[in-house]
Amino acid sequence: MQRLLQLPGAVGRPGGRGACGADQEAASPVLAPEGGPPPWYQALQPEELRWLQAPEEDTAPEASLEGPCPEPGQSQSQSQPLRHDDLKEMLDTNKDSLKLEAMKRIVAMIARGKNASDLFPAVVKNVACKNIEVKKLVYVYLVRYAEEQQDLALLSISTFQRGLKDPNQLIRASALRVLSSIRVPIIVPIMMLAIKEAASDMSPYVRKTAAHAIPKLYSLDSDQKDQLIEVIEKLLADKTTLVAGSVVMAFEEVCPERIDLIHKNYRKLCNLLIDVEEWGQVVIISMLTRYARTQFLSPTQNESLLEENPEKAFYGSEEDEAKGPGSEEAATTALPARKPYVMDPDHRLLLRNTKPLLQSRSAAVVMAVAQLYFHLAPKAEVGVIAKALVRLLRSHSEVQYVVLQNVATMSIKRRGMFEPYLKSFYIRSTDPTQIKILKLEVLTNLASETNIPTVLREFQTYIRSMDKDFVAATIQAIGRCATNIGRVRDTCLNGLVQLLSNRDELVVAESVVVIKKLLQMQPAQHGEIIKHLAKLTDSIQVPMARASILWLIGEYCEHVPKIAPDVLRKMAKSFTAEEDIVKLQVINLAAKLYLTNSKQTKLLTQYVLSLAKYDQNYDIRDRARFTRQLIVPSEQGGALSRHAKKLFLAPKPAPVLESSFKDRDHFQLGSLSHLLNAKATGYQELPDWPEEAPDPSVRNVEVPEWTKCSNREKRKEKEKPFYSDSEGESGPTESADSDPESESASDSKSSSESGSGESSSESDSEDQEEEKGRSSESEQSEEEGGKRKMKKRKKVTEAQGDASSSDEGSDSSSSSSESERTSETEEEQVEPASWRKKTDKAGTGSLLAHFHTGPPPPLQLLSPGSGAGRQELLHRVAGEGLAVDYTFSRQPFSGDPHMVSVHIHFSNSSDTPIKGLHVGTPKLPAGISIQEFPEIESLAPGESTTAVMGINFCDSTQAANFQLCTQTRQFYVSIQPPVGELMAPVFMSENEFKKEQGKLTGMSEITEKLTLPDGCRSDHIVVQKVTTVANLGRVPCGASDEYRFAGRTLTSGSLVLLTLDARPTGAAQLTVNSEKMVIGTMLVKDVVQALTQ
Amino acid sequence: MIHSLFLINSSGDIFLEKHWKSVVSRSVCDYFFEAQERATEAENVPPVIPTPHHYLLSVYRHKIFFVAVIQTEVPPLFVIEFLHRVVDTFQDYFGVCSEPVIKDNVVVVYEVLEEMLDNGFPLATESNILKELIKPPTILRTVVNTITGMEKGETHRELPSWVKALNNLLPAFCLIPISGSTITAEIQGVIDACVKLTGMPDLTLSFMNPRLLDDVSFHPCVRFKRWESERILSFIPPDGNFRLLSYHVSAQNLVAIPVYVKHNISFRDSSSLGRFEITVGPKQTMGKTIEGVIVTSQMPKGVLNMSLTPSQGTHTFDPVTKMLSWDVGKINPQKLPSLKGTMSLQAGASKPDENPTINLQFKIQQLAISGLKVNRLDMYGEKYKPFKGIKYMTKAGKFQVRT
Repeated sequence: MQRLLQLPGAVGRPGGRGACGADQEAASPVLAPEGGPPPWYQALQPEELRWLQAPEEDTAPEASLEGPCPEPGQSQSQSQPLRHDDLKEMLDTNKDSLKLEAMKRIVAMIARGKNASDLFPAVVKNVACKNIEVKKLVYVYLVRYAEEQQDLALLSISTFQRGLKDPNQLIRASALRVLSSIRVPIIVPIMMLAIKEAASDMSPYVRKTAAHAIPKLYSLDSDQKDQLIEVIEKLLADKTTLVAGSVVMAFEEVCPERIDLIHKNYRKLCNLLIDVEEWGQVVIISMLTRYARTQFLSPTQNESLLEENPEKAFYGSEEDEAKGPGSEEAATTALPARKPYVMDPDHRLLLRNTKPLLQSRSAAVVMAVAQLYFHLAPKAEVGVIAKALVRLLRSHSEVQYVVLQNVATMSIKRRGMFEPYLKSFYIRSTDPTQIKILKLEVLTNLASETNIPTVLREFQTYIRSMDKDFVAATIQAIGRCATNIGRVRDTCLNGLVQLLSNRDELVVAESVVVIKKLLQMQPAQHGEIIKHLAKLTDSIQVPMARASILWLIGEYCEHVPKIAPDVLRKMAKSFTAEEDIVKLQVINLAAKLYLTNSKQTKLLTQYVLSLAKYDQNYDIRDRARFTRQLIVPSEQGGALSRHAKKLFLAPKPAPVLESSFKDRDHFQLGSLSHLLNAKATGYQELPDWPEEAPDPSVRNVEVPEWTKCSNREKRKEKEKPFYSDSEGESGPTESADSDPESESASDSKSSSESGSGESSSESDSEDQEEEKGRSSESEQSEEEGGKRKMKKRKKVTEAQGDASSSDEGSDSSSSSSESERTSETEEEQVEPASWRKKTDKAGTGSLLAHFHTGPPPPLQLLSPGSGAGRQELLHRVAGEGLAVDYTFSRQPFSGDPHMVSVHIHFSNSSDTPIKGLHVGTPKLPAGISIQEFPEIESLAPGESTTAVMGINFCDSTQAANFQLCTQTRQFYVSIQPPVGELMAPVFMSENEFKKEQGKLTGMSEITEKLTLPDGCRSDHIVVQKVTTVANLGRVPCGASDEYRFAGRTLTSGSLVLLTLDARPTGAAQLTVNSEKMVIGTMLVKDVVQALTQ
Repeated sequence: MIHSLFLINSSGDIFLEKHWKSVVSRSVCDYFFEAQERATEAENVPPVIPTPHHYLLSVYRHKIFFVAVIQTEVPPLFVIEFLHRVVDTFQDYFGVCSEPVIKDNVVVVYEVLEEMLDNGFPLATESNILKELIKPPTILRTVVNTITGMEKGETHRELPSWVKALNNLLPAFCLIPISGSTITAEIQGVIDACVKLTGMPDLTLSFMNPRLLDDVSFHPCVRFKRWESERILSFIPPDGNFRLLSYHVSAQNLVAIPVYVKHNISFRDSSSLGRFEITVGPKQTMGKTIEGVIVTSQMPKGVLNMSLTPSQGTHTFDPVTKMLSWDVGKINPQKLPSLKGTMSLQAGASKPDENPTINLQFKIQQLAISGLKVNRLDMYGEKYKPFKGIKYMTKAGKFQVRT
């Protein structure tokens, strides 16, 4: 039986149909005889039954695979219901294995596109089946057929509603998924409710499913839009990477115009982006591209108005259209008034966070980032995408096809970007034709004065290819190169003329067309070529080429006065046999010759015109009539014929050979519309940059009133150095409102703690679910298995990240150990959370106060108020009751900016007042000078006072020795500064920092490797330690595990740049760049010591 | 996004269809068939075909067209990338992706497709996640069932602690040299990993000479930051086979081409015979053998037949497609393989102006032509000792010799 059923693929055709049908009739009684389950089944004990089932399972799939192959045609009307009957039987039994078998056969039918809808009642009964395998297949069936059988489908709804309440998140998710997928309009309210509920589910997977369900409901009933937008808004605020991609997808499908919903989530999305799954990344990037175009200013606006480049015209024309006449003046007058362009920090954030994704393995992600850079980045930065795009060219040919289309568009505007990769576009003989033609397009776009010889040599090989379409395209490409680059025009023309003797007619024809265009540019010098072409009319048959030759001869008949009439004579002879396009040109030629050389051609012309008058094609008849009226003088039409010469022989501008990809960039690159060069359904226009930047503060996130705020603050805190990054000057708005925020952060702490039970973070929900689900152990463990499935790779990240947030409220002791681990194994996202937590727990440090109340620029925040603490200058025993300490206040010394300001604390522990405290004659090494403090008249017993003195250490760590004199005594004291006190912080941006660092390499760079002990791997501790040792200012930095500090030595003002590159494992590298090598070396030593303590 | 998927074999039969939204009638594929007819070869079918109401995006792999139907604007690469991912998943599931295999496992295929997309938007596309949702067929299935016992409430962690990590380093390269001088040559490579480790191992892989790598793209599990700062691949691997890294070696490092081809192909005017001779020889192979050498060439249309004698291996010439193929096998440096003989040309016709291009395929085991070397592979986060291994291999990419 098995063998019989394994019919060849031909069974679907009429020949095999009868045989197959017969087989099935024969087969079905075996599988399930009519009249209930086979009797021998019931007679057997379950033990035995199992043995019997095994072989059946082997045969059954065969039957199901090959059995239903023929389309249920006329001849099978009998066997069809019969077969379905046995399936129904199988579904009605209470044996899961039989049900499973039946379902598998049904699904196989669906997969082949066979109709299985009449089984609906039998299948829908099994929706509540306990067996998960059966259930899955029933769901598959339901989703496929529910739309057709709406009434029956309603029977299954209650099962899903129950499923939505299931403690297992997987079951909840799948119930929602199926419920939202059966397209039955009656259940819209139920779906709406389910989505709303699922949107606040504890499990991110369920929330993700809810996000997926939104567009489904929207497509079913668009009236629900407002309610759905609410759900989207809620889900957009979600913090998990699992949800982000799906909800943005829903946003794009339901309400892409509600850009305002993105403001508050913009920064979060940017920061989450790298951890979102690939598909989500594509959607988010493309949405953010659109967002950025509406919210930020064009980074090229100034360049484009100032520079004399092609883009200027482009922009200018656009503005003209927008604003009408006079806009150019407006633009130029506006220019001086316009502030120098400063990139919005959020704009920068987007560019920075998408850049690493160029390294993604997914071509779609790389392309998405590439288009983002192309549309949003300043000109200087766009170049980075070239390498990644060239990488995609080594992928599948379909990917190449799409990428090349985009490269072709980009290469027109930014030729320089791809020029280094010219050779990557060389064509291989095995490339599919469409790829070859696109590569040719790119090569042509890239051709320039410098590389044209190489390009032409390459083209030469292509002309000998066997693929004639490709050869034709190559000839056109040569033509384009010749028009664009004047230097090679003659070379190209000669080459093309040689091609005229090619044996392949297509090649010749294409060459003629191209030569015609080239000749138009400088006809006078090319009489010979025209003559040569004229001869070709005898041999060449391709209509387009013939037409081109005729047009050329007509146009330049003065250059070939002898040949032209002869050609017309020949053409008149063959006129009736020509193609329409050639006929039109014959008329054209005749008219022109009549005007210039009427003596010889008058009769010929009239002959041609009368032939044309009776042509089948009305176009040709019209043209003939029109031409006759125009050129042959008659009584009435004299007015026009006087100007006939002007009309026909007017000088015509040379054609511009342009790329078909020109101006395609008004479509968003990477989009389907761009590829088709036509607007696809649902395409969202890429908006133009706004003239004035919209308010950037809309993206500031205010303190959320609900539970997860603690988490959010941490992010916020972390983000700050990000934003203030390169644009210190754009700081004001940013930091101004970040200030109250951080203050209230501490206030809201208590509220967040009380509310943390509600937190929907992963670990929390896991706990709760475990508690609930303990009743049935199997389900609970299944759920755990499920979790693994859902998250897998991101599991650690999320679980830990969330753990640290939710733990905070409840269990701080365990969280510290947890965060240790976290910082070891995980990166950016998690780290900020953990370090903040520690400071919160410490709670007391003055540093924290600085964080919350300090003045705006984060640089100042981060340099602590004083250096290494009090040092003893004079012990009270040695000083006979006078104790003197000093500290380095790190404030600029008012008298002399080169001096280090030292606070001296005197205290009198004797029982007599000390009088006349002053500095005696100092014995100072060369260069060091002291600004003494004013004499202290008297210090009463038990009293203490402070004085400030300035010391210019001349950028060395030599001690300043001086005498401290009282009325009665003199003490020799010395102050030796730690190297870190010899400098003052400076503010600079990351870019400046890098630039300066680049200048200070070689001898000026000192590098040391170290291992950070566990205790100081968090941001905060590292920063604190470094700033305690040295009076440096923190430089904001993009990378999370890099710390940068900058300062200037006080005396000479030379820069001291310190970079600490800390890996999560604890290995770190310290680099100090400074002209002052001694200072550098000592600083490295000190910092290393401080960090490794 | 993606509405439906049709699988079409090269003879134009739709043998599987899957819809993620409302059903789209098969007749939409007629537009595809039209395009297929217009294109002379399967590779030339345009990947994007607009129809009045839908757009058809297709990829062609393993002699099957995977045609996705979409209705609204979507980045085309998104769909193409997804279709390729589908093919990869099938390959991973069934070992090969071919029409009979898909037909045999139609239920699993259908279920996998169901999980991969929800309402047309990708849901689970990593094959290790899919494998936990839908078990792959064959004998493995019973084994997996008893070991993991997903339904019985055990978890993955209770797998016995057998471990294996194997890395394939596979620099392939891709070049088109012309007789005499090399036009362009570049090395691109991949590191494929096969990791079967219990628990949550954290692996780091370092290279002896990471500077060689000019352009890289990673599996999503790789931590980009560490690569940026230390040039170390640090990752928590997914189970099973996956492509860890693809790279490109910077162009400054001149590519040492391990083989050379000497050819002498001449057509004479007004003669119906042409001479044909090819010799292949090794060059800079560091003592390794070049194996699996296959020479193919598309001869001009004027060539009617060829009578050739190879010094080793077998050759075939298809007079219809004019494709010459010579399976050389290993190259013995002492006795260079060559293929000599005559071509019979169309009588009376003048000599063809095209010159055939010679395509070469070969493999070199245990050699990475780029010189890239893995320094070490360390595991953190788990206590046991993993088994580690590495295999280097060089394969010719699109190696073409223009004559």
